[in-house]
Amino acid sequence: MSLLTISGLALAVPSAGEWRTLVEEVDLTIGAGEAVGLVGESGSGKSMTARAVLGLTPPGARVSGSIVFDGAEVTSLGAKELRALRARRIGMIFQDPRAHINPVRSVGDFLTEAMVANLGLPAREAAARAVRLLAEVGIGDGARRLRQYPHELSGGLLQRVMIASVLALEPDLILADEPTTALDVTTQSEVMAILDELRRERGMAMLLITHDLELAAATCDRLAVMYAGRIVEAREAGSLTAAPLHPYTSGLLLSRPRLEETVHRLLVIPGRPVAAFEADPGCAFAPRCAHALAACGEARPVFDGTVACTRSAELTLQGES
Amino acid sequence: MSRLGGLGTAAAALLAVVAVTTLAAPLLAPYDPDFPDLLSALAGSSSSHPLGADALGRDVLSRLMYGARTTLLGPALVICVSSVVGTALAITAAWAGGRVDAVISRVLDVLFAVPGIVFALITVAVLGPGIPGVVAGLAVAYTPYVARVVRSAALRERSLPYVAAAWVQGRSAFAICVRHLLPNLRPIIVAQSVSALGFAVIDVAAISFLGLGVQPPAADWGLMVKSGFDSAMRGQPLEAISAGVLIALVVASVSVLGDRLGRTV
Repeated sequence: MSLLTISGLALAVPSAGEWRTLVEEVDLTIGAGEAVGLVGESGSGKSMTARAVLGLTPPGARVSGSIVFDGAEVTSLGAKELRALRARRIGMIFQDPRAHINPVRSVGDFLTEAMVANLGLPAREAAARAVRLLAEVGIGDGARRLRQYPHELSGGLLQRVMIASVLALEPDLILADEPTTALDVTTQSEVMAILDELRRERGMAMLLITHDLELAAATCDRLAVMYAGRIVEAREAGSLTAAPLHPYTSGLLLSRPRLEETVHRLLVIPGRPVAAFEADPGCAFAPRCAHALAACGEARPVFDGTVACTRSAELTLQGES
Repeated sequence: MSRLGGLGTAAAALLAVVAVTTLAAPLLAPYDPDFPDLLSALAGSSSSHPLGADALGRDVLSRLMYGARTTLLGPALVICVSSVVGTALAITAAWAGGRVDAVISRVLDVLFAVPGIVFALITVAVLGPGIPGVVAGLAVAYTPYVARVVRSAALRERSLPYVAAAWVQGRSAFAICVRHLLPNLRPIIVAQSVSALGFAVIDVAAISFLGLGVQPPAADWGLMVKSGFDSAMRGQPLEAISAGVLIALVVASVSVLGDRLGRTV
């Protein structure tokens, strides 16, 4: 049985007297210990999907559909059960560690607070464990770091601290919301490698949210590509990048620069990404799609568990070369 | 201290001098503040009485030194109580939002509209003249001073990502408020409390002047302005002037300090 099953998830927020849909008909499953990448552009609804799992939706948002975590329906949990779920079972790593760690409290406070409050460890034991965890995420002088404040640490170090704080609670599922986006390129791969290795060792499942398809493909078992609030393609990572079925996935794969060849102009997907509430009644990607037919603009293609494109069977799309 | 600037440092120094003088009054004061030496009643400035003596011949300088105790203790109590209550209300309002926020905010608005002295008159009528009645009334009146500012700061603070991060770690609302919001709000609470302290000094002195606060024969600056007022009518203005100038200096120093603390937040 899968650890997390999201089915028919929709999320809308009130804006100027009407409902604006941000996420629609999202189906996603994550097995125990499995890593799934949720890939999409800004505004595609990937972060909202992850936040909905923890009940961390914007104020006044309307959420429908079902989110089942380990057999329990999350959307109908009471405040107390939801807190217990957040405290022990699901951990979240945020994009910007500097904003998500209280600036006036020390790193030691940040790391041990959850261990003391959620696991009931004595403070001394929690501190010892924090030092061990810091060593695991590659921070050697843990005892000194615990006394430091967030502003004394670099973004990369701080993100490792955040990873350590999540690992400390040994959750079953980690939601990683763009964990490396705020870091510079050289530390990105390092931090990602640490996160992935420690997660695998402990058998934790992960939902990785990113706009970096390549990064997601390298770390995750399966990938789901989102566009305009919907999943357009969800498959095993290797086959998705080698032979994409959706024109949007193919476009994403082709529009990234390569080291091996020199091109004067990168391929781009024409037009701009749309949010779910702006999309036309037909396929949301149709206006930007090179393969679109007149029929694509009429009815919205149904996501069959693999791809949401009416022409996927007849097209042969280019993947990663 | 350089953060306070020249004026701020001077204000802090003056308050420190007042505090030390007050605490060490038994060692520093030339006379017993309550000893009436009727022969030197209404005496002017002289080497034995630098600031003269009052209508009962008590040394004004000694009375000023001792008087700072009641003059500053009352306002300090007012600010302690109103800051604690005000902060608690403000954080509750900001965290709960919606109806709770609306009720707390409207009540604070109403309290804000009523002058502090009116509250003090009510509580003095119930508890009788003296410091406890004055402190109770002013503490209610001063609660919105701190609460309104802290509420708006708390609203901004609670929307910051680190609060959401603590929330998804499964921390309780109380733990987040006390362990995360409060430390971040501390500078604003301190600056606002210090500013309010200046007003509280004036209000407490005014109530003593009206005869409803500290009761004679105790030494108190507000009371000394009052008794000095009568002496001035009889040709000896030194008591009223020196007590009045001290009140003005302390209030100005406290205001400057509150302003500087607020700017460095």
